[in-house]
Amino acid sequence: MSLPIAVPSSKRPAATNSCRVCAPLGSVLAFRGLRGCMPLIHGSQGCATYIRRYLISHFREPMDVGSTSFDESATIFGGQSNLAAAIKNMVRQYAPEVIGVCTTCLAETIGEDTEGILREITTEDPSLPPIIHVSTPSFKGCQYRGFHDTVAAILKVTAKAGTPMSHLNLLPGPVSPADLRHLRELVEAFGLPLLMLPDYSETLDGPSLASYAPIPEGGTALADVADAGRAIGTLQLGATLEPGPGASLQRDFGVPLVRASLPIGVRATDAVLASLAAFAATDAAGAAAAAIPAWLSAERGRLVDAYVDGHKYVSGRRVAVVGDPDLAVAVAGFCAEIGLIPVLVASGALTHRMAPALEALGLAPGAFEVMEDADYDSIQRRVIELKPDLVLGPSKAYPMARALGIPLVRIGFPVHDRIGAGRILHLGYRGTQRLFDEVANALLANQQDSSEMGYAYQ
Amino acid sequence: MDLLDDRKRQVVTAGEARAVVCDRPSVAGSVTQRACSFCGSRVVLYPIADALHLVHGPVGCAAYTWDIRGAQSSGPQLHRLSFNTDIREEEVIFGGEKKLARALRELVAIHRPKGAFVYATCLTGVIGDDVEAVCRMATAELGIPVIPVQSEGFKGTKKDGYSAACRALDQLIGTGPTEGIGPHSVNILGDFNIAGEIWVIKGYLERMGVEVVATMTGDGRMDTIRKAHGARLNIVQCAGSMTSVAKLMKEKYGIPYVQVSFFGLEDCADALYQVAKHFGDPGMLRRTKDIVKAETEAVLPELARIRRDLEGKKAALYVGGAFKAFSLVKALRQIGMQVAMAGTQTGGPADYEHLKELCDADTILADDSNPLEMASWLALRDVDLFIGGVKERPVAFKLGIGFCDHNHERKIGLAGFEGCAAFAREVHATVTSPVWSLVPRRAGKALS
Repeated sequence: MSLPIAVPSSKRPAATNSCRVCAPLGSVLAFRGLRGCMPLIHGSQGCATYIRRYLISHFREPMDVGSTSFDESATIFGGQSNLAAAIKNMVRQYAPEVIGVCTTCLAETIGEDTEGILREITTEDPSLPPIIHVSTPSFKGCQYRGFHDTVAAILKVTAKAGTPMSHLNLLPGPVSPADLRHLRELVEAFGLPLLMLPDYSETLDGPSLASYAPIPEGGTALADVADAGRAIGTLQLGATLEPGPGASLQRDFGVPLVRASLPIGVRATDAVLASLAAFAATDAAGAAAAAIPAWLSAERGRLVDAYVDGHKYVSGRRVAVVGDPDLAVAVAGFCAEIGLIPVLVASGALTHRMAPALEALGLAPGAFEVMEDADYDSIQRRVIELKPDLVLGPSKAYPMARALGIPLVRIGFPVHDRIGAGRILHLGYRGTQRLFDEVANALLANQQDSSEMGYAYQ
Repeated sequence: MDLLDDRKRQVVTAGEARAVVCDRPSVAGSVTQRACSFCGSRVVLYPIADALHLVHGPVGCAAYTWDIRGAQSSGPQLHRLSFNTDIREEEVIFGGEKKLARALRELVAIHRPKGAFVYATCLTGVIGDDVEAVCRMATAELGIPVIPVQSEGFKGTKKDGYSAACRALDQLIGTGPTEGIGPHSVNILGDFNIAGEIWVIKGYLERMGVEVVATMTGDGRMDTIRKAHGARLNIVQCAGSMTSVAKLMKEKYGIPYVQVSFFGLEDCADALYQVAKHFGDPGMLRRTKDIVKAETEAVLPELARIRRDLEGKKAALYVGGAFKAFSLVKALRQIGMQVAMAGTQTGGPADYEHLKELCDADTILADDSNPLEMASWLALRDVDLFIGGVKERPVAFKLGIGFCDHNHERKIGLAGFEGCAAFAREVHATVTSPVWSLVPRRAGKALS
């Protein structure tokens, strides 16, 4: 048994320095991975503005998101006319291929029948683009849930049955644009056509432009998502997802679902590549492609060689990991693999699945603490007790790391005190290599900076 | 730019006879840059450093406002923590008043603040929590002022949030002792001590012989705000957010106020002279002249050097309040730049009239603009610089245009005479960067 943590924040009357944000943010992020999609947040306009600002501070990319701009009368009488007006104005300005509507606490609490209103609006004007609705009250879940519920909603209304096709569905979870690009590379290395949902690798890490793109180029086309029910299988990344959005494809269309932890570390990446190889082998033409490509074996070889070179700098050192549940679990698994001790694995989300997922990755029960539904105040209290040598987490962990004099290696979301958040590669042998070097160097730098001698070699 | 029909009257060129239509709610689906009234109240009260700022609502409202501004404190740092009742489904059904009361008790016991502000949000407004009643009870029980801020997000715009914050401040002002406050005393209203700016301004005032009683709210403290009614003059910088406090104090306590700006050489000098003239003390006037002369001379050579590189370059700006826009137009002129577009989130009719007078005839003026409009104007006028906040930054950068952050998240002080030099350096650093020669906007031109 993992040690239970004393007071989850939902039982305390107040959260101090929250470790999560709200569900519509996750929803907007997922919708940004659909081609030509304009997200629309139904409720107060502050929600859209804050979410835009927060996402911009991380991705440093344009983030146009509509709001239905509730006022007092919409709050009392319902937001039907606001929703209709917002859709009309967004179509006029942005000409979206699809509109993704998510809801705020306000719309959810006044009992707005958003689904029904949208049905009426689309019946009245059949020329409107498809509108996908997802309910995202933040009093029920955070950005992690908003993200996955949105992926599930997109699949639910879009995926269709049909003759089998040869592509693989990949549900990557809320990873970085660089991660998405690398995942595509990995799948394509096995000769598998890919349907990735969402794919914001281009929309949220795009090139410099001569003229402003109302909706950034890139993303997965809704027409392609329709084929999700005809894939050879679904690979769903995220160790704590239970059952996750891929389950509906299995239930409704018989698409085999393989669930895996995010590929961080040698073993976790081996496992994902083995799944890809197996999918490639099931494809009639793919038997030959099922071998691990040479360039990946080479990356693996270099990574293991680097582990050897750096193992003594990390061995036995203690680390606290903070992040989205799936990322935190996968990073803790990587830490264990290299001899770092993940003494604390914490997330602001509540899944009840982190401890079992860590044990499934081979971490010894009782050797680590898990905190779910945590705020940074409670995380900091545990960090003071547990005295880790390193924190792996987002920028929000910086005040804690600074106060306690512990180095921080930035991962996940948000990373808004550095540039290049969208280019942080966490996944695959290559992402692990980057992470390993950074972790080992952070420990080395800390030792060097705090030593009296300050040797310039190691 | 093909403007939305509902927005057409909110955009003019400065030379036109037509007035900018403003002071209206944002058009749904227009992708406004404005936030909500909660945001307005939160930004105004946030820098009060020894108060507990408790957001009564769901996680987002608190998480998105955790330590996001550069408002500095010379002492306590309590304002930089984010406190939240973290409303869940249970409270949505059964009400959140009890949780709020427990939260106040727990947090006050831990942090021992001088007072607390409780911000109502959309969610707790709709479930019908009586925040005022809980605050009344907590004030009696905890022995510190616990002040409700009634700024539910749906209750209007950011401006309405400013009013809610001003009402909250009004509850504090007048409750402290005023003994020992001298005749040449002021409060500074509407400066938020971004990157330590209020210390710069205070420095000038003290050299003039002016006593600063309360700063609202930059580097603010509960106790000094409580005795603000002892000051003889209010200096209002951010007119949009704080004029209503100044008006209230004039009515209640007979304290006059002056509206000033400390951004730009001209405005900064004018601000100090206005204060000196108000007190009518010859010694103070002389000292003020000396300060203005010395400080101006200290920065003029650098401004002149920078101006040589920037002469004739074009800028666009989109800011929260109109007073900042006025100052920026003048400050940009000082370094040789023309303003091709100027917009604000919360400007009023008189503000836009003044902006029309200040700007060139072809300057585009826009109220409550959005990314598509702004992007089209930046391209149309081929500007070299955009001034705004974090939400405006990617519009400029995506198009390969220089950008200067003049919002509350910046970490560089831009107020006062030395701030003018910092501003000029900021503008120079971005406008003259060699990277622009690589962006498609410029590279395309080089080819044609």
